[in-house]
Amino acid sequence: MLFFTRWKAAAILVTALIVCAFALPNFFSESVVKNWPSWAQRHIVLGLDLQGGSHLLLEVDSNAVRKEQLQSIDDDVLKVLRQARIPFTGRAVRGNGVEVHITRDTDIDTALTKLRELSQPLSGYLGTTGQRSIDVSANGGTITLTPTDPAITGRVRQAVDQSIEIIQRRVNELGLVEPTIQREGTDRILVQVPGLQDPSRLKEILGKTAKLDFRMVDLSMSPDQAEQAHPTDSEILDGETPGQKYLIEKRVLVSGADLVDAQPGFDPRNNDPVVNFRFNSAGARKFAEATQANVGKPFAIVLDNKVISAPVIREPILGGSGQISGNFTVQSANDLAILLRAGALPAPLTIIEERTVGPGLGQDSINAGEHAAYAGAALVIIFMFLTYGLFGLFANIAVAINVAMIFGVLSFLNATLTLPGIAGIVLTVGIAVDSNVLIYERIREEVRAGRSAINAIDAGFSRALATILDSNITTFIAAAVLFYIGTGPVRGFAVTLGIGIITTLFTAFTLTRLIVAYWVRLWRPRVVPI
Amino acid sequence: MRLLRIVPDDTKFDFMRFRRISFPVSAMLSIVAIMLYFFHGLNFGIDFIGGTLIEVQTKASPADLAKMRATIGSLKLGDFQLQQFGAPDDVLIRISEQPGGDEAQQAAVQKVRDALGDDVTYRRVEVVGPSVSTELLAYGTIGLVLAIVAILIYLWFRFEWQFALGAMIANVHDLVLTVGFMSLTHIDFDLTSIAALLTILGYSLNDTVVIYDRIREMLRRYKRMSMPDLLNASVNATLSRSIVTHVTVAMSLLALLLFGGQAIHSFTATMMFGVVLVGTYTSVFIASPILIYLGVGAGRSGGAEEPEAPPAAPAAAPVPSRPAASPQRTRTRR
Repeated sequence: MLFFTRWKAAAILVTALIVCAFALPNFFSESVVKNWPSWAQRHIVLGLDLQGGSHLLLEVDSNAVRKEQLQSIDDDVLKVLRQARIPFTGRAVRGNGVEVHITRDTDIDTALTKLRELSQPLSGYLGTTGQRSIDVSANGGTITLTPTDPAITGRVRQAVDQSIEIIQRRVNELGLVEPTIQREGTDRILVQVPGLQDPSRLKEILGKTAKLDFRMVDLSMSPDQAEQAHPTDSEILDGETPGQKYLIEKRVLVSGADLVDAQPGFDPRNNDPVVNFRFNSAGARKFAEATQANVGKPFAIVLDNKVISAPVIREPILGGSGQISGNFTVQSANDLAILLRAGALPAPLTIIEERTVGPGLGQDSINAGEHAAYAGAALVIIFMFLTYGLFGLFANIAVAINVAMIFGVLSFLNATLTLPGIAGIVLTVGIAVDSNVLIYERIREEVRAGRSAINAIDAGFSRALATILDSNITTFIAAAVLFYIGTGPVRGFAVTLGIGIITTLFTAFTLTRLIVAYWVRLWRPRVVPI
Repeated sequence: MRLLRIVPDDTKFDFMRFRRISFPVSAMLSIVAIMLYFFHGLNFGIDFIGGTLIEVQTKASPADLAKMRATIGSLKLGDFQLQQFGAPDDVLIRISEQPGGDEAQQAAVQKVRDALGDDVTYRRVEVVGPSVSTELLAYGTIGLVLAIVAILIYLWFRFEWQFALGAMIANVHDLVLTVGFMSLTHIDFDLTSIAALLTILGYSLNDTVVIYDRIREMLRRYKRMSMPDLLNASVNATLSRSIVTHVTVAMSLLALLLFGGQAIHSFTATMMFGVVLVGTYTSVFIASPILIYLGVGAGRSGGAEEPEAPPAAPAAAPVPSRPAASPQRTRTRR
């Protein structure tokens, strides 16, 4: 137990040194570290609870995704049946599916074949999964088309991917520093912005779908009449001022997807804030045609199912650019321009969790963590020295190297250090000390049992190490579970605890033994001084 | 230099005799803890029941709690609590979950922000919606159960099933008492509390494993020693280590408790109770004696004919045959 070959000793020391060295970048300012080679730049990232910032968890509205999918199946059914010239009645979205009744029984088989073509095979990670996107079933003359669950999950995943891209653009437009935007699970997106104190504006920007379209106002009846008449091709939408209602055609003239640019500006006539926009060539053509055909009639600019304005077309707009005026402030015009430039979200997002920490609290927490670490270390160092003397000193050295190694590993992993993470380190100190205590107590016992000094030390190590292994593995299991189920701060705790256990095992099995072995070789002790 | 010895060498406390007291006491305390949980309840934080938590620092010190209470009360946001948190100008505002899903929570925060205006700076704003809170509670519970099962399986492989079962009873007892403590003191029960419970579980197992390790070793070495004697010898042999370790852990926790700040106060307080008070007691007075009832070493002949003097007995002289005993011992350990 006490014999080390020269190579082994060197390997142990070099490993410890390298791991510790990874912690170095944390002690230099960013400007110094910038000039180092990239592999040496890895450092610990402070969690939002320590440096301050905003953490928002967003959920994609999967119901909206499902609804949209049903709507598109509904549209497809209409198209397919019309193309095949199959008469039908009672086409409608019912529950989780689209139902349609085929009028002539002789058409049912043809209709089924045609409608089955709508269903696409789904591809998984390994080619096709054998599942299809739509279940098509017939019951007498009624055919039901239901999107399958994997198809909806796939759509939700897609929506999350698209949303992440759009959020990225929106957040960048706001000029926020180093935002992290990542997927969480199937339908969630985590947005973390360090340093952001008041996320109100961010939340407002993220909470808008920004689906913009240009449609005609239906003048065939008033909105009040429409509430009784239920016209099929138009819908009633709210205006900006409460109580204001419009009857708007469902047909979209041009959609926001055809926009290439949007900028805030001012109306030259009255200096009101407006948003100036420009269409791409396809959008410009559609817009020109529509305005030519409808001079003198009002059209509506609809944002997220709300009419922002409904101006009358005075003359055809041929240039492909235009202006949205509404009840804007400078800020809201600016925000709308950002949203239009970034594009519309495929589905609405809901904020389901928010955690914001101000910079004051973050700094306080860092200070508190540091003070606690120093106080804890001082108490433990003194106590260990008083209890075990020279060997206590050895233990203290080993524990100090242990902590340095934890920082090294954390830096190497670019890990995030949170306040619970600091608590994890403090607890690791406890565990690391325990491993030394186990060894020394065992040595004391072996001495009492009458062994010679060197014999006792040797036996003490070999017996204590088995116990140390057992007890640390149990704690490690707890840390692993915590890491697996935990989120955010709790995970930070699990990470430092887990790493701490590994470094503790390393130091106990190698470094402490090495130090004692060299001491034994140099002093050839007759009695063990503990 | 004379070294500090908290525990004298060769203690011979008869810990096993206390099982007639410790078992009923523990059973009673456990029942009290469970009753506390059901009738007094836990002070669930927003992580598990949803809602909003806002920590503010008022410009005027100390904070005028009455005025703030009136301001927030006028917003009609349902149940809310104000609490001084650490410094006199630091106030914690807790608002219960608003009916109407995730958006309603956000609206409530905005209302509070508008109402408090520029009188305060925001140190922390946490909003947990109903969909997240149910999940967090489920994950937390699953995590605890999973950890216990995983550790049990490990112990079952490393020891015998009686040890695994004994460790489980001992550690569930620890968790139950700690939950009772949290209920009694009305400490916030949130995600960090789950972390605390898991750490307590890890630590107290750690402790139990150290003693069990020794018991296993003694079982192999002293085939004839009576079970209570053997358990006593094992606990006494590891007593010094237990005390020294717990003093150091307590020191670490004390530092966290005194200087670690309000944010982890409930975490450290729980740990202090769970690890230092309960964990130590359990491994000595519950985890070890329970092995007698679980039938560890039942097939042993008991009583006389010791093959070797127990190490706790003062060694009369450095026995020359010792070195010869050593390889044999290491062999039996394997």
